[in-house]
Amino acid sequence: MFGEAHMHDQWIFVAFFLPIGFIAAAVPIIAARILGPRKPNPVKLSTYECGVETVGDTWVQFKVQYYVFALIFVIFDVEAVFLFPWAVAYNQLQLYMVLEGVLFILILAAGLFYVWRKGALEWS
Amino acid sequence: MTIAQIIFIAISAITVIASILVVASRNLVHAALWLVLSLAGVAVLFVLLQASFLAVVQVVIYIGAIAILIIFAVMLTRRVMRETKPQVNRYWWIGALAALLLFVTLVVILNQVPSAASSVSELPLPEEDLLSMLGTALVDVDGFVLPFEVASVLLLAALIGSLVIARPIKLDAEEGDEA
Amino acid sequence: MDIPHLVEWTIESIVIVVGLIAGFAYLTLFERKILARIQVRIGPNRAGPWGLLQPVADGIKLIFKEELIPNRADKLLFVLAPVITVVPALIVLAVVPLGPDMMIFGHNVTLGIAGDVNVGVLYIMAVSSIAVYGIAIAGWSSSNKYALMGGLRATAQMISYELALGLAFVGPILLANSMNLMDIVNAQRGLLGWYIWLQPLGFIIFLLAGIAEVNRDPFDMPEAEQELTAGYHAEYSGMKFALMFMAEYDKMIAVSMIAATLFLGGFWGPFVEQIPLLGPVYLLIKTIFLLFVMIWMRATLVRFRYDRLMAFGWKVLLPLALVNVVVTAVIVLVGG
Repeated sequence: MFGEAHMHDQWIFVAFFLPIGFIAAAVPIIAARILGPRKPNPVKLSTYECGVETVGDTWVQFKVQYYVFALIFVIFDVEAVFLFPWAVAYNQLQLYMVLEGVLFILILAAGLFYVWRKGALEWS
Repeated sequence: MTIAQIIFIAISAITVIASILVVASRNLVHAALWLVLSLAGVAVLFVLLQASFLAVVQVVIYIGAIAILIIFAVMLTRRVMRETKPQVNRYWWIGALAALLLFVTLVVILNQVPSAASSVSELPLPEEDLLSMLGTALVDVDGFVLPFEVASVLLLAALIGSLVIARPIKLDAEEGDEA
Repeated sequence: MDIPHLVEWTIESIVIVVGLIAGFAYLTLFERKILARIQVRIGPNRAGPWGLLQPVADGIKLIFKEELIPNRADKLLFVLAPVITVVPALIVLAVVPLGPDMMIFGHNVTLGIAGDVNVGVLYIMAVSSIAVYGIAIAGWSSSNKYALMGGLRATAQMISYELALGLAFVGPILLANSMNLMDIVNAQRGLLGWYIWLQPLGFIIFLLAGIAEVNRDPFDMPEAEQELTAGYHAEYSGMKFALMFMAEYDKMIAVSMIAATLFLGGFWGPFVEQIPLLGPVYLLIKTIFLLFVMIWMRATLVRFRYDRLMAFGWKVLLPLALVNVVVTAVIVLVGG
């Protein structure tokens, strides 16, 4: 399973790089924790709101618009991912295969057009 | 045990623990983040199975898109953020029974598949060719062209459906807090 | 996998990470100098010759600053957020080839950690989609209305532009028939081979979407100092604040370097075949040029209003990116 597959070779770099990245990020935080002064007081630790007392809960309800955008994003993301292998294989494809890819893109575009016309892309 | 097996067990353990925490965590945002960790674990498992395309797609689609959608959904739900509700309702044992049944079924089926029990053999082709093979197969008449095109239609239907469902909520939301 | 390989990787990983940290420090100085010049000022010039020690002074100052964690914050996630923000910015460059193979101490060394990964382009997409989390978590865990607002805005903005970014990748893939960045770079030998000539629209889409992904001006709505008091990092101070900035500047470097790799011929330039060591130098020059363009844009352009920013992403960049894919496909079909 591990053996000589160059496949894993390609990915082990992430196993190296990730810890180094984490260390690079953690060291300054720890250093600052050790070296920096710590004199907390209640006012300092209160939520910053330009000097005004915080009113109400932070987690007010947000616009549903955010959710709609995320929904549209999920669908287009899935569609976009399908295009990548198609593009890789492009020079080996016959004409009808290319056209199928284009059809796929057109259906994607039709979806975008629909969303647009429905006004879901307006940020009101 | 080979190194790969040790990595496999470690990653599987992380994935399973994270999945348990998804349902056990009382804070919904925390639950969503545990879900991200367990999805990442699955991505690593794909790498171990030499399916690098699937691994990356798992990260792009599941972590990069669907989990974000879930987090937005949590943030949109008023007062869910801080409130701690009991984790189970009185039907919990039905769920537990169904989960157990599913688990047993999976184990039985996996045991009957001969290749699943033995170790995964090396894939015969270099990776580069696999990707273009995948690309070709997606649009090949002898391959998966029908599922490919149906998938795009399905996604279009999902898009329209989600908009139809999400639109009326917007009208209600406008009376509430603007953010 | 063997021992020399592992040593090579470890050294290269450390060099790249340290390089990115130093790059961050000096990019801030570079930016301040250029902004000052554009605004007819001198810019930092006190610490060391030409202000060259300014980033060091800033760093030392930040380490000795008190760090606050607000009482109402989700403490663990609050501390974790800067780390989650920085790590993707550091690891995204792993798949970018930095130069041709060369002999060092009798070893055949590949510059760049994993330029040969067959899904390199998708790796970049995957890492950039993880980058959203640091910002979303920072905004949420601060338990501050401005921060949450900024975090949400940033998240929505980043996912919106990610689509255009992803589709801009498809152009070079269509031309090179590979997601392997080494293949893409090798397909662009010679000035006329650069994909920017074949993909001018793709290049512009990539650069604009990249700047939006990094939340730089004119797309720096999530930070909007004047209305959101710095957005998702409103509650951050000291080193954690610096890490948030480090992520932003390292992402700038990454976007520039990836743009140079995909569209400007990567490390190829005159005499690279004779002297491989020139490869990284060319790549660096191209990267610095693109960084200059980004800073120039910041000095020139004003911030978009949020609704226009979202409209630009969805109604201009995304359709253009789709058109670009189809046009490229047709051109490749007819021409090649």
